[in-house]
Amino acid sequence: MATLNMVQAVNLALREEMERDDRVLILGEDVGQDGGVFRVTEGLLDRFGKGRVVDTPLAESAIVGTAIGLSLYGLRPVVEIQFLGFIYAAFDQIFAHAARYRNRSRGRYTCPLVIRAPYGSGIKAPELHEESSEAFFCHMPGIKVVVPSGPHAAKGLLLSAIRDPDPVLFLEPTRLYRLIREEVPEGEYTIPIGKARVARQGDDVTVIAWGSMLERVMKALEPFNAEIIDLLTLSPFDSETVLGSVEKTGRVLIVHEAPRTCGFGAELAATIAEEAMLSLRAPVLRVAGPDVPVPLARLVDYYLPDAARITAAVEELLRY
Amino acid sequence: MPTTILETFSVSRLDILNPEGDCDEELLPPLSKEEIVRLYELLVLSRAFDERALSLQREGRIGTYPSIRGQEAAQVGSAYALQPADWIFPSFRETGVHLTMGYPLASLFQYWAGDERGLVCPEGLNILPVSVSVGTHLLHAVGAAMGARYRNESIVMAAYFGDGATSKGDFHEAFNFAGVYRLPVVFICQNNQWAISVPRGRQTAAQTLAQKALAYGFDGIQVDGNDVFAVYRATRDAVDRARGGGGPTFIECFTYRMSHHTTSDDADRYRSREEVEEWKSKDPILRLERFMEKRGLAGEAARREIGQRTRTAIDEAVRAAERMPPPERRDLYRSVYAECTPRLAQAMEGGGNGDA
Repeated sequence: MATLNMVQAVNLALREEMERDDRVLILGEDVGQDGGVFRVTEGLLDRFGKGRVVDTPLAESAIVGTAIGLSLYGLRPVVEIQFLGFIYAAFDQIFAHAARYRNRSRGRYTCPLVIRAPYGSGIKAPELHEESSEAFFCHMPGIKVVVPSGPHAAKGLLLSAIRDPDPVLFLEPTRLYRLIREEVPEGEYTIPIGKARVARQGDDVTVIAWGSMLERVMKALEPFNAEIIDLLTLSPFDSETVLGSVEKTGRVLIVHEAPRTCGFGAELAATIAEEAMLSLRAPVLRVAGPDVPVPLARLVDYYLPDAARITAAVEELLRY
Repeated sequence: MPTTILETFSVSRLDILNPEGDCDEELLPPLSKEEIVRLYELLVLSRAFDERALSLQREGRIGTYPSIRGQEAAQVGSAYALQPADWIFPSFRETGVHLTMGYPLASLFQYWAGDERGLVCPEGLNILPVSVSVGTHLLHAVGAAMGARYRNESIVMAAYFGDGATSKGDFHEAFNFAGVYRLPVVFICQNNQWAISVPRGRQTAAQTLAQKALAYGFDGIQVDGNDVFAVYRATRDAVDRARGGGGPTFIECFTYRMSHHTTSDDADRYRSREEVEEWKSKDPILRLERFMEKRGLAGEAARREIGQRTRTAIDEAVRAAERMPPPERRDLYRSVYAECTPRLAQAMEGGGNGDA
């Protein structure tokens, strides 16, 4: 089994799925000749030709809108939005159309497409290259939102996303692209959308994280007896795994890098309050980004949740 | 150093049938007598459907409705040039297109009465659900055209929109992509001069909408949108070009929205009655009637019979639409995803906290 980083794992998933299914096409800015700005689609143009790996003009709304048309026609486009911070131009296409064609036509027309977007902070990039606006998309009925936390999860989830009959936003944490190497099997293996993973079993506190925060949480909480949940799918999220763990530990910390207000942690906290209030021994806490625009590199350490904040929050929970 | 002229352009307009019913014989498309009478019947059907929809709205039997009055020739003439296998991406004001392609009348009434099931396109036709969001659906025609190209299928995509849509960013992006990839799309704009209260002159400083296509590397033409022959001919040429691999075309149908924006609008607040009166004399149905009279096609008795047949079809469609059982509560949840999420499944069964 090969040891791969996340860039290689996503590349492998795309390559294998394109070999398996000729309905799969790739579109995006610089995805062909250049292999993508992170080299995620490297070598695919040579292998599959420019009819299937399409370099597009610089236009996010058109990239998603064209993918919608392709999917309506019966194909399975996988598009790349170069950075999540540029997806806002395509928001209308996602919200008004990709998420709604199935419902609007009562199933006659559907949009089985994947939007891949590198996202998240901590790579010393210019403004708008480090956003984590995943919660916007969890508020859109009709879209699924998936966030792998490492190479193994990335491959298995991407295969599921491409095969999913509905539109999937697939967020790739840029900070992890080359940070973690894992054994990634070749060939068939999928990780189901909608299922969380217990990344570490524990008894005293449940910590929920996703994407690049998982790695940080795992390291920071080594000294604790914490149960760490890698959410993997944000929409629809796996409430069964979350609630099962909360009932066991009675204490919950949610960690995300997106701004706190209306971040996805709010939905998790509300669900826990609705469904597991009587199991709680402490208030649900969040460690999140502050409600500010994502800063440039010199301030980013004050922005991103770090080991100290994560540890302090767990210690606070354990005092109850 | 003298400046060098890199590009010059000209924009054509096509007129075939004038308001008096006289036509340019050389430009008249090769339509049989039966086809011309069929076009007339579709125009009459479109107007009659529209009139019935307006009265049903006033009676509270359907919801907000956007009238197509005045635009029948632009819709019927263009759709008549398409094949049943071609795909259509309509805006919300395209009743004449639906009727020309054979979309069930009852489904249209059902949709405007507030039932999504009316947008379920019958098998054998591909008319996408109407896009209420202005201009954003042009990109879907572009993507589907890329799909047809990829699969080597000779299917043409027709995207319908209005003058207001030409101001949107997605109009630009769709035209740009269609031009870059030379895709089989026909962009059909009904320039009806008004986007709710904003006149065409406030949408763009360009002299015509048609010329916008030239900047994207393909042809644009303006046609008299109230002239069913001109619209048909221009669309047929564009469809042939697209099917033959010649890429996209933009057709600006110069027409007029005779009614309010929708039943919720009052056009008297922003435009003069004189302007509307002036356009009445350019009516698309009247001029085809005059043409047919001059050619001895479908005399008064035949036209009366067409009118009667049309009314019967509409009566039956209204009855059928109103007889359809209403959607159930569970239908709210069923079509959001291929498979209900756990939360939707719970809500569908009436569970969940505070859900319906």
